[in-house]
Amino acid sequence: MVTDILHYDFMINAFEAAGIVAVMSGLVGFFLVMRGQTFAGHALSHIGFAGATGAGLIGLAPLWGLVGFTLAAGLAMGLLSERISNRDVAIGVVLSLALGFGLLFLHYYTSFATQATAILFGNVLAVDRATIVTLGLLGAITLAALGLMMRPLIFASLQPELAEAKGVPLRFVSTAFLAIVALAVSACAQIVGVLLVFTLMVGPPAAAQRLATTLWSGLVLAALFALAEAWLGIVAAFYTDWPVSFCIALLSGVVYFAALAVPARGTAHAH
Amino acid sequence: MNVVELDRATISIGGRNVLSDVSFTIQPGEFIGVLGPNGSGKTTLMRALLGLLPQAAGTVRVLGRAPHCGNPDIGYLPQVRTVLPDLRVRGLDFIASSLHGERWGLPSLSAHDRHAIEHTLAAVGARDLARRPLSNMSGGERQRLLLAQALIGAPKLLLLDEPLISLDQRHQEVVIDVVRKACRERNITVLFSAHELNQLLGTLDRVLYLGNGKAVLGTVDEVITTPVLSRLYGTEINVLRADGHIFVMSHGRDVEHADHMHEHGDHGH
Repeated sequence: MVTDILHYDFMINAFEAAGIVAVMSGLVGFFLVMRGQTFAGHALSHIGFAGATGAGLIGLAPLWGLVGFTLAAGLAMGLLSERISNRDVAIGVVLSLALGFGLLFLHYYTSFATQATAILFGNVLAVDRATIVTLGLLGAITLAALGLMMRPLIFASLQPELAEAKGVPLRFVSTAFLAIVALAVSACAQIVGVLLVFTLMVGPPAAAQRLATTLWSGLVLAALFALAEAWLGIVAAFYTDWPVSFCIALLSGVVYFAALAVPARGTAHAH
Repeated sequence: MNVVELDRATISIGGRNVLSDVSFTIQPGEFIGVLGPNGSGKTTLMRALLGLLPQAAGTVRVLGRAPHCGNPDIGYLPQVRTVLPDLRVRGLDFIASSLHGERWGLPSLSAHDRHAIEHTLAAVGARDLARRPLSNMSGGERQRLLLAQALIGAPKLLLLDEPLISLDQRHQEVVIDVVRKACRERNITVLFSAHELNQLLGTLDRVLYLGNGKAVLGTVDEVITTPVLSRLYGTEINVLRADGHIFVMSHGRDVEHADHMHEHGDHGH
């Protein structure tokens, strides 16, 4: 049965691309959830939509428009400090503005409209070798950067006031992290689309944090959930002919709600 | 050597002088209760000692040196404590994240650090918190965890910013008791800011009372008096003593309790 699926080159490509992106999304998303910045991640993906359609307008690959726009937006949000980047209303206004611009770019480049669905909801079955190489590169950069800053990132996320006193440069950490998120969002949008990046970047890490009590087990679980959801989603789509992104979104939702239903350990001590 | 020394120091935030022309010295091993109305500069003073604020004028010395960020001789318990509700991180890992948390790279926990954490948790009577997730701890337990964290690394000065806030009476007494024991044993100097004087009466050596940009340091009998407090509050204050308690009243209202009402959502900067 598995050999059936792997008979097709586009399926092999899909598994490879989804594998790279899922692991990256699970790990980066773990910290996004830990910092309570999931909405910022959501906004970055919408800003990426404007970047992707804008890139199409000037003849570039959508991925580079995504990377450029999300990276610029991530850095701007970080530099404008947490006062702005954590404010839901400001983020909400910016993300609808970005979607509006995305629509404008589409309007002026009508032949691009067929690709709009791919940007919004992803098209993992159309990924080519060159894209896989790019995704691999993005993944390597993202995880290397995350590894370099993980210790101060955790400290700054859990106890920002104390971290500041101990000499952690809070704004730099916050900005660098949002840049990492921007790259992960860009890669993630290739698989599940800008509207569904939550399915890999938030669902699996949130479920993992419900279940794990240590950092490393949580990180491993988040990556494994994302990987399993992405791959099983592709398999499910192959046999049902439903859209891949729908299958992944469904699995992500099921795993998250199942994790919520698991009773918390040690709640007898709760106040 | 004085642990804390301010000489005609002015500390300002955003152009506003929170403390102006303030002088006092704190000796090793003293337990100082830091009191004063909201906005009088309790948090600001601590942040200045931590080297987080630029100093406008005068001299500030901490353990003989100018304040500098990341001073390993200071243990700090901030007033604003971000606790992310859904996090199942264990007490041990929570404290571990703060040890050398300013270094780049992947988190790691050496056997030495793990031992230090467990030893300090045991010293504050909270050994079991190492294995318990943060999300399941009560306010009092979290406070004890943070106290243990502040004590790791043998600090010489402990800055505790409102450690009693949102704790019930019993937990407040436990926290004061833990701080007193830990600091007497290790000869640590403590700055303990609080809204209420009475709970600290049996513990503190001297009171640092802030208000109106000024600071007065002295024994309870020297500082908690009608003339001194009237000057610090900028209004007429009556000090009443009854049954071993001291009440600081302004126009018939207890100012400490009145302050406490505003505390929700106020970070006291």
